[in-house]
Amino acid sequence: MTVNSLHYHYDVPGDDFTRAGVASGAVKQILKQLGLNPETVRKMSIALYEAEINMVIHGGGGVIDIDIDDDKIVALVSDQGPGIEDLDLAMQEGWSTASEQERNLGFGAGMGLPNMKKYSDELEINSEVGVGTSVKITVNIEKSGEQRD
Amino acid sequence: MKVKELCEKLGWETVFGDGENEITGGIYCCDLLSIVMGRAPAGSLWITVMANVNAMAVATLADTACVVLAENMRMDEEAAAGAEKGNVTVLCSGKPVFETAAEAAKLLELI
Repeated sequence: MTVNSLHYHYDVPGDDFTRAGVASGAVKQILKQLGLNPETVRKMSIALYEAEINMVIHGGGGVIDIDIDDDKIVALVSDQGPGIEDLDLAMQEGWSTASEQERNLGFGAGMGLPNMKKYSDELEINSEVGVGTSVKITVNIEKSGEQRD
Repeated sequence: MKVKELCEKLGWETVFGDGENEITGGIYCCDLLSIVMGRAPAGSLWITVMANVNAMAVATLADTACVVLAENMRMDEEAAAGAEKGNVTVLCSGKPVFETAAEAAKLLELI
């Protein structure tokens, strides 16, 4: 596959749980249409959905920018929400600040950040309390037949 | 085995979708969406009582073979629209999660 860097931008509204996942779904469609390895598509879809849903629940919405080139997909997910006070704590499985309402919807398992880490090849998180959070997810594009770990 | 074949044999209801996906990832039972997202195998038969639009998004993005709603749970309009958009096959079983999983596991010869 030859791609000369594709770019996509999405605005994600905050606190609208019914729309959470719309951008991730659209990105998944694009990746599938590009004919990428299904596991590569799945990895980015899962990591991006977790980032998107976190931005909706905690960040008041924000923006997603996707760059695709020959060997990797990079998603930059940024909000201007409250920020993450203790990133080490937030990375722990099971730790969550989701509300009762969000938990009733099936969220708040405390797996969002761990899932992002698990399914990305590189994960970079920058967060400042009172300013916002940006998450950069990189998934390498595996060529067909290439072995995974 | 295809989803529709299993559904027919077990007498479950097809709520949405064509059931054409093959079940290649076994059976996965859980209601917390981030756990499902992180751990449900691709191609799995996902059994849950979570019948909302976010569950449909998770099924779409995590590539489960289908969603089986246990306990006769019903989708609302938003969830139905989400299933349609993601082309998710949704089945409904009147039994609890464990019994639903057990009868599917027997048919799939997992136990």
